[in-house]
Parts: sequence; structure tokens; C-alpha cells
Amino acid sequence: MGMRVVLEGKQLATGYRKGKRTAVVHRSLDFTLRAGELVCLLGGNGVGKSTLLRTLAGVQPALAGELELQGRPLASFPVRERSTAIGLVLTERVQAGGLTVFELAALGRQPYTGYFGRLTRQDRERVSQALEAVGMSEKAGNYVAELSDGERQKVMIAKALVQECPLILLDEPTAFLDVTSRIEVMALLHRLAGEEGKAILMSTHDVEQALALADGLWLMYPDGTMPCGATEDLVLSGGLDGLFGTSPVDFDRMCGSYSARNGQFRPVRLMAADDVLHHWAQNALMRQGYYGMTDSSDATLPLLAIESPQDLTWTCGGEPHRFHSFAELSAALRQGRPRSTRSM
Amino acid sequence: MKTAYRAEHKGWVCGGCLTVLVALLAVANLWMGSVDIPAEAVGRILLGCEVDNEAWAFIVRESRVPLCVTALLSGAALSVSGLMLQTAFGNPLADPSILGISSGASLGVALVMLAGGGTVAAGAFSFSGFLAAVLGALAGALVVMGLILFLSTLIRSNVMLLIAGIMVGYIVSSAISLLNFFATAEGVHSYMIWGMGNFGGVPSAQLPWFSAVVAGGLLWAVLLVKPLNALLLGERYAENLGVNVRWVRGQLLGVTGLLTAVVTAFCGPVAFIGLAVPHVARLLLGTSNHNALLPVTMLCGAAVALLCNLLCILPGEWGMIPLNAVTPVLGAPVIVYVIVRQRRIKYFN
Repeated sequence: MGMRVVLEGKQLATGYRKGKRTAVVHRSLDFTLRAGELVCLLGGNGVGKSTLLRTLAGVQPALAGELELQGRPLASFPVRERSTAIGLVLTERVQAGGLTVFELAALGRQPYTGYFGRLTRQDRERVSQALEAVGMSEKAGNYVAELSDGERQKVMIAKALVQECPLILLDEPTAFLDVTSRIEVMALLHRLAGEEGKAILMSTHDVEQALALADGLWLMYPDGTMPCGATEDLVLSGGLDGLFGTSPVDFDRMCGSYSARNGQFRPVRLMAADDVLHHWAQNALMRQGYYGMTDSSDATLPLLAIESPQDLTWTCGGEPHRFHSFAELSAALRQGRPRSTRSM
Repeated sequence: MKTAYRAEHKGWVCGGCLTVLVALLAVANLWMGSVDIPAEAVGRILLGCEVDNEAWAFIVRESRVPLCVTALLSGAALSVSGLMLQTAFGNPLADPSILGISSGASLGVALVMLAGGGTVAAGAFSFSGFLAAVLGALAGALVVMGLILFLSTLIRSNVMLLIAGIMVGYIVSSAISLLNFFATAEGVHSYMIWGMGNFGGVPSAQLPWFSAVVAGGLLWAVLLVKPLNALLLGERYAENLGVNVRWVRGQLLGVTGLLTAVVTAFCGPVAFIGLAVPHVARLLLGTSNHNALLPVTMLCGAAVALLCNLLCILPGEWGMIPLNAVTPVLGAPVIVYVIVRQRRIKYFN
């Protein structure tokens, strides 16, 4: 991969300095971010994601180590130049309901415009292109107040594009969005990274979408380390296992998601008519503390055979119980062992 | 991209209409008053021609022209201060009087007037007295403004900040009460009269000073249009757009403090214009883009102040109504309307 390195940190220490007292959040972080990449920063609450993003944005100085933006130390960028190098998108919604979508996105031209912020024709074209790129050009004349939260974030991304920065930092931009808007915004960012050649770093709690759409992950552990790498490499090397500390939540490498740990699972033989049925049968079993195995020939284990969602048979000790829905099966499993009306 | 030009176009139309309105109201202000002077005579006096009636010439030159110019400039100054504070705090209810800035100016004036034992009377400033009152008002306004700004770094919620501002206002008022208690009767009287508000407080000799300072402040405000637009997005976004937020906040403090202090020193603490006029301007324009909003707010403020002054001099021979008896009647309904229709008028959403 010959892609240009946009951001590089070596032995970076982040934290807060107030007078003589310093509160170190991270001691030595190493990372690189390349053009054309969407990278997600994952980690629990309070682990220092926002502190790192603030440091990368130049809002607060690094305590130690090197931080280079396009081969130059970030600290050497004057404020004005920094605003053309780093575009920011934040969690909170802006109180700019009285601006049109176009006007809001056009604020991203401020680093380039003159004293009164007048837009030239090129500026206007750039804004239109950005709104086109995020799919908001239809609503260019609408008030921001009329937009949904997801559309607002898209306009803020357009604002960041209009800034023409090689690096875009997003601090949990999807935190307040509903599922479809979250997916739309993530897919948009992934596309923009590729098409516009931007380096995009976003912090998020949305593990599922991050695994699906991020080219790379930065995993911020409670112990202060931050392994970085391609999504699949990290998943398969067990990188996501202890990400949220010792909380009773496990990472399921198969599904790519976290789920509540449920003590010891009791094994069950599971036979389902198709994959979809198998998936949801496993879901129901695990919730009740069972685990379905397809390859076991141990005849002493209970057997759950599923023909259709209306036809479920639980055989235990040679005695078959029939259920007509997952609700009946779950109720029986909750009570300890299947008790049901005899099959008809 | 027709839509992008909509606000700009509307800004020019609104600006034009308001300029005409301001001109008409200014003429009405010059023409009407407690003494009947024919319009033709007023015109001749203003053009510098000789008229038979020396008293008329004196009234127009020494009373009506200062009154008109003061009202026009004060209205623009207070409104634009209100607008800048509303944007800086992201709060539709911010204005110089609610945040306690005019109370601070009042305290400064009270110190000068009351501690001076009534020798410095409203409307009859000697030059040094006038300077003392303005400096007192400016110092008071800046101290309160600085306090509010300091509190704004501690208090994240804007509603809480407004409440803190109101509290600061109360504390300042209690200091003023104390000063009143120990002051002479003349001092209390002139302070009372001053507190009722009056655009006639600038004597013609000091009019050029007043005009120059206020015009300078208004010009300064115009220069802040670009960072004000960035501040609509909040401080963190503004910072990312290359705005030096601290420096801009400091300048906003300076301009609003200066404008409020100078106007308050001469005209008393004028209520509601700073709060209501920016909303009127936003409703007229349908935008919170300061490129159009800021000039239109100034014109709107000038028009409203001239209208209020006209209402004050309406009783004619019976004298003038205090200004602060008129402004709330016009201003309060606007605020109630904005609060009631908040879900529809989403300028702060």
C-alpha cells in the first residue's frame, strides 16, 4: 500500500496540564493514519477517546512524544493553517436552525474566505459539490431546523469536506442517531474516504458498523495500550476480547458482536432446517444458558430439532416435547426443563 | 443554487425598506414635539436657513436633533449588543439587561451620581461629569461582563448562565439600593429620573462625542460578522474553523460593554430593545446569517427606538412619558410570541 501517511504519532502522551499538575491519560501511543482510510477508534466510556481526538485536533497540546500531520509537527501549524488541515465533526447538534443547509456547509469555507466571509463562485461550487457528495443537495435551500439528526450530521460532514482538509476527525458522530442513519453516515464516510482520498478517524460505540465498514481499528484498552491494525487482523488475533475490561460482556468472534456472558452453557444437540432457523434457535438457547452444537453425536445430550418456527421438538431422555413457537420453547427452558402438553 | 441567494436578496430588500422607515420616523421625530413647529420651518432650520422664530430654531437644534440622533444610534447599539450576546451564548433570551450588564453600568453611574452627592445630574453633565459617568458605566459594564464570561467557563448550561446573570444583576441592584439609602435627596432624584430612560439625555454639545463612540462601536460590531457566523456552530466548531474563540469573545465583551455602557450612561438602562429587536429582525429576514441579520438588526433597532421616542413625545404639551414605560409594551409581546412559537421558529435549534 503506497498510500500517503497523513497522521503519525510516536510515543504520544495525552492528558491535561493544569498549572504544575498533570493528569496523564495515555503514556505512549503509536499510530499511523493513511489517506483513503476510514479508521474507527473503539473503547469503553472514559478510556480517553475524546482526549486523544482533542489532542489530534490540536485543541490541547500533547504532553510528550511526536505528533506529525503530513510530515510536519502538529504544534507548528498556525491556527489558520490547522483549520485547512483538520476538519472536525462532533456529537452535539448545532444550534444553527436559522441557517439554510447551504449556508451551514458554506461555513466550512471560512478558512479560505476574506474578512466578511463572502463566497466566490469557486467557493459556491465547492459547497455544492460537497452537498452532492453527502447526498444533501436536494435540501440545500432547506432550513437546518427542518432536518433530522442524521441529515444534520451529513451536513456537518459536508462542512468538513468543504474545509478541504486531508484529515477528518469525528467524535462519536453517530451517537444520537437511529440505526438507519447510523449505517448511512458510516457508509457515507467509508465512501468518502475512498473517493476523496481523505484520512478519516472516528470514535464510536457502534462495534457492529465499525467492523463492517472500517478499514482499520484503533482499540483503546483500559490498561492504556492501543493496538492498531486492519479490522480482520485484530478480530482474529483476539484483539477485541478484553476491550471493555473485565465486564461481564464477551466478544463473539463468529458474529462480530459483544453479548452478555451467561456463565456456563449447557450443551444441546441442535438440528435446524436452515441457517436462519439455526441462527435464531441458537440465539434463543444462549439467552437461556444453553449452547446448540451441530456436530455432537453424544446421545445423552438433549436434542432440539426445528422444522419450522411453528414446529420445534425438544427430546430429552427419549421423551419428545413439541412446541409451536419460540415463545413456548423459551417459557419451558426458563422454567428449568421443558414441560409441555404432549404432542398431538 | 437559487436558494443560496435567497437570504442575501431578502436582506437587501429588508434593509432598503427599513432605511426608508428609519428616515420617515426620523422626520416624524424632528417634526413632532411639545411645541408645534411647521414642517417647512423645521426643514429650513435643518438646512441652516434663518427663520423668524429664534425659539423654534433653538428647540430644533438643541433638543430635537440630539434626541433624534441619540434615539437612532442607541436603538442600533442596544439591538446589536443583544444580537451579539444571543449568538455568543447561543441563547435567545440573552441581552445586556438580563445578563446584568446594564445593571453594572447603572452601578457605575450610581457611584458617580450618588457618591458625588447629586452634583452630577442627569441631562446636565458637565464635560468632566459626563466623562466620569461614562467611564463609571463602562467600568461597571465591563466588570459584570467579565464576571459573566468567567461564569460561562464554569457553567455549561446556558439557562443556568442566564440565571447566574440575573443573580449578578440582583447583587448589583442591592449595591445600588445601599448607595441610594446613603445619598442625598437630589442625588436620588436625578438617579431616579435617569433610571426611567430618556433619549433626550445627550446635550447637543456632547452629541458629536456620543455619536462618534457609538458609530465606532457599531462599525466594530460589523467587523465581527464572520466569527459570529462561526459561533453559531458552537465554540469547538468555531475553533476548528480557525476562529480564535478567546480573542473573539474578548472583542464581543468589548463591543457590547462599550455600546451598552455609553448608551446607558446617557439614556438610562433602556429595557427590552436589546432583547426583542434581534428576534424581530430574524423573523423579518428568516435567517440567522449575520451577513444580513446584523445590519438589519441595527436598522430595525433604530426604527424601534425612534418609534418608542415618538410614543414618548406623543402627549405633547403634557411633557414626555418615560422611555422605560414604552419599550416593555412593545418588547414583551415579541418575547412572549417567540417563546410560544419556539417550536416553529427554530433559530436556536
